[in-house]
Amino acid sequence: MIRIRGLLKSFGPRRVLRGVDLDVGAGETVAVIGGSGCGKSTLLKCVVGLIPPDGGSIVVDDVAFGSLRDEADRSEWRGKFGYLFQEGALFDSMSVWENVTFGLKYMTNTPPSRYRRIASEKLALVGLKGVEDLKPAQLSGGMKKRVALARAIAASPRHILYDEPTTGLDPIMSDVINSLVLDLQKKLGVTSIAVTHDMNSAFKIATRIAMLHEGRVLASGTPDEIRKSSDPAVRQFIEGRSSGPIGDV
Amino acid sequence: MTGLLERIGAKLLHISAVMGGFVLLIRSTFFWIFRSRLEWRQTLIQMAKIGADSLPVTVMTSFFTGMVLALQTGISSQRLFNEPLFVGTVVSFAMVMELSPVLTALVVAGRAGAAIAAELGTMRVTEQVDALLTLGTDPVRYLVIPRFLAFMLVLPLLTVLSDFSGSVGGLFVAVMRFGIPDNTYWHDIIDFMETKHFYHGFIKSAVFAFAISFICAYKGLSTSGGAEGVGRSTTGAVVSSMVAVLLLDYFASSVLVAMGIP
Repeated sequence: MIRIRGLLKSFGPRRVLRGVDLDVGAGETVAVIGGSGCGKSTLLKCVVGLIPPDGGSIVVDDVAFGSLRDEADRSEWRGKFGYLFQEGALFDSMSVWENVTFGLKYMTNTPPSRYRRIASEKLALVGLKGVEDLKPAQLSGGMKKRVALARAIAASPRHILYDEPTTGLDPIMSDVINSLVLDLQKKLGVTSIAVTHDMNSAFKIATRIAMLHEGRVLASGTPDEIRKSSDPAVRQFIEGRSSGPIGDV
Repeated sequence: MTGLLERIGAKLLHISAVMGGFVLLIRSTFFWIFRSRLEWRQTLIQMAKIGADSLPVTVMTSFFTGMVLALQTGISSQRLFNEPLFVGTVVSFAMVMELSPVLTALVVAGRAGAAIAAELGTMRVTEQVDALLTLGTDPVRYLVIPRFLAFMLVLPLLTVLSDFSGSVGGLFVAVMRFGIPDNTYWHDIIDFMETKHFYHGFIKSAVFAFAISFICAYKGLSTSGGAEGVGRSTTGAVVSSMVAVLLLDYFASSVLVAMGIP
């Protein structure tokens, strides 16, 4: 369970998050949609603890981020999450299997002798075989994303955060990633937040959709409710129109 | 007038932020040194990168510096006393107390320091540093501590090798150019040099290692702005490290002299 209340974050004079309220129930996948630069990735980074919020509260499994005392506590907090980065953020100097199992050393007591087998299992889960010994530079964009996803789930986290899981991928590869996200939710029962501006992806993977606009959650509901929403800003975004209340482009 | 004050204020705020970030990095490094398992494999990799890879250029630099010192000392001495006196003494004292620590630090800052800033900078802009955080480890623990320890262990050792290499370079010129017997050259060193003179250079090299490792790590980890930012950080790391070495050289020497370690 993730509960966000009144979340504030500014970068210099730019107020990015102006009081975000969002609840993500256990086992739920919430897609956070919104235009570029509206603060979706900032919200995700605040939740995982990469960016300290200026105000408000984030509570995950009854533990508040504000109650963490030192860097060791914050490190433990971040270990609760699997995080899929927009560009994968794979470690260039390591092979695929070393990337996938990197977090096991720090977040679990798994013996190192099992790392290689676990890497193969997780890679198979995202539809990859025989790539264990390759370096990230030898992979295509879609493969990198899948390896990054395998890395995000390697330590079996209870919460997974996806930052633009389908950005930069062709429609077929996007659908493969969407199916993987759905599969992971069914097989692992994880609680997820997916930040995206890809409406096909949002409608496919989400149990609930929240639209972020001007630093706040403008609308929230099931995919069907959002699809039928009469809010002009929501309609403009899901229909992909350049003119409307979000601002003429 | 208001614009000027705003610019001065912004600059002061920027300097404060940089100094604060630098001190926090040092604090965080010591926090993790005492709170976590050390990454020995990473430390050994960094020792090889900083030490073994910098060895040839360090030895060559000090060898030729020793040669030129011997040449200048011998010629000056010949002009004044009609024979080259105390060549070994001058070369060894200059190398051990001053030139070896400073030149080695400058060479290593230019070579290994730049590599550290570029590597960490690239990791920062490609979100690999953030990825470390989400995978349960701290970038300071995984990236900074191994580099800091490697610098602290390797730079003093390189300085000792540089002391020796510079003295051998001096010997080469003393024997070949001025016809000084090699045992005279070594006696000129042994008769006057004490352990505390050696400590003077050794301690300074540890001070330089501390400064270079943190400056380069800080510059790398605070990189922003893509490839251009990485280039800026790398240049900034090398320039700041070199300036810090030269400034710290004076202050460290003053403190050591005051402590009776001349």
